[in-house]
Amino acid sequence: MTGSVGLSIRCGTKVYPGTVALKSADFDLHMGAVNVLVGENGAGKSTMMKIIAGVEQLTEGQLFIGDEEVVLRNTDDAANRGIGIVFQELNLFPNLTVAENIFIAREKTRRGIDVDQSAQRARTRELMRQLEQDIDPDALVGDLRVGQQQIVEIAKSLAQNARILILDEPTSALSAAEVDILFRVIADLKRDGVGIIYISHRLEELIQIGDYITVLRDGVVTGARSMEGVDVDWIVRNMIGESGKDFAKEIDHPFGDEVFRAEHISLGRSGGGLVVNDVSLSLQKGEILGIYGLMGAGRSEFLECVIGRHPDATGQVFVEGQPLREKNVAGRIKRGLALIPEDRKNDGLVQMLSIRENMTLSSLSQFTRGIHMSLAKEKNSVSDFVKRLAVKIASAEHAVSSLSGGNQQKVVISKALMTRPQVLLMDEPSRGIDIGAKAEVFRVMRKLAADGLGIIFVTSDLDEVMSLSDRILVMSNGRITGEFTRETATNGALIEASAVGHKPISQVKDLV
Amino acid sequence: MAEQFVAAPSKSNPDALLVLLKARTFIALFLVFVFFAFNAPNFMSTANMVIMSKHIAINAILAIGMTFVIVSGGIDLSVGSIVGLCGMVAGYLVLNGVDVGLGWSIQFNTLEICLLVILVGMAIGALNGFLITKLNVAPFIATLGTLYIARGAAMLSSDGRTFPNLNGNAEYGSDTFRWIGAGEVLGVPVSICLLISVGVLAAYIATRTPLGRHIYAVGGNERAAGLSGIKVNRTKYFVYIFSGFCAALVGLIISSQLVAAHPATGDTFELNAIAAAVLGGTSMSGGRGRIGGTIIGACVIGVLSDGLVMMGVSSFWQTVIKGLVIIAAVVIDQSQQKLQARVALQTQANLSK
Repeated sequence: MTGSVGLSIRCGTKVYPGTVALKSADFDLHMGAVNVLVGENGAGKSTMMKIIAGVEQLTEGQLFIGDEEVVLRNTDDAANRGIGIVFQELNLFPNLTVAENIFIAREKTRRGIDVDQSAQRARTRELMRQLEQDIDPDALVGDLRVGQQQIVEIAKSLAQNARILILDEPTSALSAAEVDILFRVIADLKRDGVGIIYISHRLEELIQIGDYITVLRDGVVTGARSMEGVDVDWIVRNMIGESGKDFAKEIDHPFGDEVFRAEHISLGRSGGGLVVNDVSLSLQKGEILGIYGLMGAGRSEFLECVIGRHPDATGQVFVEGQPLREKNVAGRIKRGLALIPEDRKNDGLVQMLSIRENMTLSSLSQFTRGIHMSLAKEKNSVSDFVKRLAVKIASAEHAVSSLSGGNQQKVVISKALMTRPQVLLMDEPSRGIDIGAKAEVFRVMRKLAADGLGIIFVTSDLDEVMSLSDRILVMSNGRITGEFTRETATNGALIEASAVGHKPISQVKDLV
Repeated sequence: MAEQFVAAPSKSNPDALLVLLKARTFIALFLVFVFFAFNAPNFMSTANMVIMSKHIAINAILAIGMTFVIVSGGIDLSVGSIVGLCGMVAGYLVLNGVDVGLGWSIQFNTLEICLLVILVGMAIGALNGFLITKLNVAPFIATLGTLYIARGAAMLSSDGRTFPNLNGNAEYGSDTFRWIGAGEVLGVPVSICLLISVGVLAAYIATRTPLGRHIYAVGGNERAAGLSGIKVNRTKYFVYIFSGFCAALVGLIISSQLVAAHPATGDTFELNAIAAAVLGGTSMSGGRGRIGGTIIGACVIGVLSDGLVMMGVSSFWQTVIKGLVIIAAVVIDQSQQKLQARVALQTQANLSK
């Protein structure tokens, strides 16, 4: 089971503008074994993988392959040294066929010009046989289910004869049967001496398949050992730390009446099935309700249903006991709902417009009499919010794209608050912003709740949800799988509830 | 914290360059103007100025409508054909009125004719909006389709013939039709007055109404705009209808100026309108552009083509020169964007120190 160390990082540090993603981390990759990497979102797992795959370079520290110190300048460099990566976000071309995707940029050719379609097809078929998948090489990737696409992505790495294979949450979109096959493929690869790095949030799965484990927290390696004797408790303890970050509530305030209720919200998936499956919940004035869950659990989609982005969603939404019949976003905003989307860049901001124009985008009617907009009033309101949320800007006329993540988030929050909402829906409000800005965003959230606003926020960060919420709901596979108060919530219980419906497959263990 | 807004960026080279780049269309206009003033005979004469401004007005009105469409992230190829069709509708109404059968027909006065023609233009714009929002046709294709449809309809209206002698009839109150093309208000030609009115209206909409802000937001990021509660489809309807409105005005002006309506009028006008908008700094990817810039852009194109004609440059060379100017404008625009982003980032970085 043990293998030689094929790749290692010594004192690796990676600095991004404004944040240190990796702090003098050590990592050993054992060949012929599954090396598990685990940590919360933003702990530095992806950064470490990007360094190994040649996407990013270390700011300080050394990277060894075998005994040789190397610098991987780009992904080609890494690929030439036998390192393959399957990214969490699929890097496939939906408009090309399976075979074309697998051989993209490495097309098999006759004399370098003519693409040898039949050879590519034959090799693709071979790979699919190995993966026990019945996927036609000529099928368009866009027509495949997400699980099948993941298989194609894995086949792409196999086609390059990778000696080191990085799998970043490969099972997040796979069905139980597909996970089963993937684990068998991993077992095969191990036997061939391939070193595998396996990243996942499903702790049971990690214990089942891993040989070595490395735990990261805030860019620091907090635990690294062989998998023998490791249990979920040990992992969680190392992931979260003993103390936990301090986001504790300072202001205690009584809750008001029910301000928001959702009843039987469901939303279909384009490929069949339900993304959001009969979700009901209620919220009181001044309450912060945290929704915890893994990526793809349907949390974001639920918020989108509530704000009216999906007109074909079923179920009913009430604000202060009144049902909302409006099926569009504008109508819902008018009734006192506001959403802070997860994807700030694509859903939250118009990058081209100025900070001022972004802030007032949802609430222009407040500055308008008839059709005439008062720019002076608008400016006052903007500077008021800049002050209230302590947004650091040189001028409100600059493009919003020039701001840092944290300040951009504050602009998005200002935009939502300017509509004077009664219920604030926040989707991963701390995503992609540094610790300092996070603390400020949380301070703002608490203050808003104390002022009587109802807040529903979605997060995949255990610390955050534990310390910020008055009440916690856990979602998994589109359903609510647990409800906790501040008193009853424990890390273990939340993680367990978030894995319901992702039950590990027991018989696989024998194979690995 | 209010003083943060007035914290002026330090005066340095990139700032001076930025000011120059921002005013580039204006500088270009000034340069071509001076050039022709010295090189083209009679260029500075009053008569030439009037003729030239009338030419400019036609393109500028179309370009104003086009600017809104492009800022919203779309494109309107149908405006040239709408000009042709609207001219034909005007000509038909002046000559024949509407035949209701039974041997008599309804005749209209000038105002009614104008309103009907404008209604036709706006209806085609609404059709564009319908195709783009409700049927999800890409703007390029949808307006390409209406380009052919409107042109074909214009040809059908007269079997390809010209409606001549649109002098109108005093009995019906349509004899004032010629005034649109030939008349003056306080010494200013009507078409220039129309340009000024449309320009002021459009600039007002763009800068001082929520609708204008929505147009920019939809063009900049449609998803974010939608999630901010902006009615994206309604905004798109507006820009295409407004573009149709502008095209109808131009149709009226041209048919009145010529005292005739020809179904091929307005061919390739859409390209000149796009060129004027782009020259004026409108971004083809949406979200950015100014009405004032577009009008200056139209002036550059107008002065350039009229000046070259007066200098006796062959029309083939004129076309080549026009193309070069447009490409140069976009290249300069790109470097301005880069510089502007760098300056903003720098100020922001200084702030966080």
